[in-house]
Amino acid sequence: MSTMQDYHSRLSDPASRKFGTFSYLPPMPAQAIRKQVEYLVAQGWSPAIEHTEPAHAFSCYWYMWKLPMFGETSVEKVLAEAEACHKANPGNHVRLVGYDKLRQTQGTAMVIYRGNAV
Amino acid sequence: MKPAAKAYSAGVKEYRHTYWEPHYDVKDTDILACFKITPQPGVDREEAAAAVAAESSTGTWTTVWTDLLTDLDHYKGRAYRIEDVPGDDTCFYAFVAYPIDLFEEGSVVNVFTSLVGNVFGFKAIRALRLEDVRFPIAYVMTCGGPPHGIQVERDKMDKYGRPLLGCTIKPKLGLSAKNYGRAVYECLRGGLDFTKDDENVNSQPFMRWRDRFGFVAEAIRKAEAETGERKGHYLNVTAPTPEEMYKRAEFAKELGMPIIMHDFLTGGFCANTGLANWCRDNGMLLHIHRAMHAVLDRNRHHGIHFRVLTKALRLSGGDHLHTGTVVGKLEGDRQSTLGWIDLLRERYVKEDRSRGIFFDQDWGSMPGAFAVASGGIHVWHMPALLAIFGDDAVLQFGGGTLGHPWGNAAGAAANRVALEACVEARNAGRQVEKEGKEILTQAARSSPELKIAMETWKEIKFEFDVVDKLDVAHA
Repeated sequence: MSTMQDYHSRLSDPASRKFGTFSYLPPMPAQAIRKQVEYLVAQGWSPAIEHTEPAHAFSCYWYMWKLPMFGETSVEKVLAEAEACHKANPGNHVRLVGYDKLRQTQGTAMVIYRGNAV
Repeated sequence: MKPAAKAYSAGVKEYRHTYWEPHYDVKDTDILACFKITPQPGVDREEAAAAVAAESSTGTWTTVWTDLLTDLDHYKGRAYRIEDVPGDDTCFYAFVAYPIDLFEEGSVVNVFTSLVGNVFGFKAIRALRLEDVRFPIAYVMTCGGPPHGIQVERDKMDKYGRPLLGCTIKPKLGLSAKNYGRAVYECLRGGLDFTKDDENVNSQPFMRWRDRFGFVAEAIRKAEAETGERKGHYLNVTAPTPEEMYKRAEFAKELGMPIIMHDFLTGGFCANTGLANWCRDNGMLLHIHRAMHAVLDRNRHHGIHFRVLTKALRLSGGDHLHTGTVVGKLEGDRQSTLGWIDLLRERYVKEDRSRGIFFDQDWGSMPGAFAVASGGIHVWHMPALLAIFGDDAVLQFGGGTLGHPWGNAAGAAANRVALEACVEARNAGRQVEKEGKEILTQAARSSPELKIAMETWKEIKFEFDVVDKLDVAHA
């Protein structure tokens, strides 16, 4: 058994801020993100992209990137929009959302580009 | 031509004469109940079933003249079907239909006062168990139900695409309010969404409720600022009197807390329904604990099945309900648990005897509530818990967070990493139960907290067979 470690998390350290599902895992490689998009689309959910400055991530409402991609099932197109959003907003968190219209909720939401901690 | 009025004839009649109607056409508005009846020796099935129908509705042991002042044919409950219990010839199932106007609208109290009232002590019956109840949509719509429901809670807490994580603070009794708040803070900063008052924690001399609420509120605020995520603690407002309960709820609201907690069986349906209405009016989520349930639901021949208590709670109101874990230290058969978590969460549940569900149940627009899996669980259980419960559940640890060798924050981080790794793997199409070890081991490579948790709890198992099994024929 290794020696006891301190849990590093500080108000003063912006890197301590988390941002929902999968933010406790290391950033996903492209292939893993693709799998998540495939899952989202396979559930019949509508993909959508949102982004925010990391300092304002606590808000419910991030900036919507265009409109949700209703009826979009092409993983390529979803990934391309996420990348376009990321390029247009460098340093922002970019989140992939799956709107589940039948249950009136988000089936999933995950940050797939992590912004700079500030 | 109208039928002639009946003449009055005093005396004791067999129940079956009035209350056994095998050709009755069930109405869409009837409340239906399935009882498991173990009759006394010498009492035949039809008479026993009719007696249960009578004693739980309009009947009494002898004819009374005032029976003739009302339309008993309209108001009486009727036993309309009898079935064998697979694998058990000491008892049988009796199905009883009750007209909806026997019950006050929106009153779980009233329904259960009839259905599980005097009849359970009736001498002609050796044992009696209420296995299931079908609430017609017409009755469901008179009840308030969950104050918010699953979707609204996800929106308020801003958490999607995964089960939520909680932890019950231990030791359950004896901590000071300030030390208790410390334990809460450590769990929340480590990555849990919620912490919970143990059900035994109300307002004892060592920690009065107002002090606890204050320190917990500070813990939540700091953990939110630190992690950037929304947090809550189920502040237990279960109290000796309704007045005291509302006082505590009001203070939780004053502190800006998102969620409170109630024990719906020891507190009672009346208090619970009132509190649920208060929560809906005040934007407060409501976590429901179920102390005393095993007294009612564990005996296979007598009592009330938990699926019925689940329905009672959904009608009375709660946003979370403890449902057992299947895999932890407490009783719960897997198929049966899947049945009642459907009854808690879904909009429409079909009859499914393989899950112990005797009736179709339509919940209409009534929100569903989160299933809470709590009791003796730790990171190694995570793959099975995700497979069993899916996303709309709160996985509620205790020792599985607090017992981490590096403390609560590390324990919480281990829980969160394990959960997210399992969700990611499931979404990616992997069989999380089968590949659980591999998934967790992989995740532990980037989480020393998870690695230590896995080393600590690897050998703990709870492998006692369940007492309350579904009724199935023996092979």
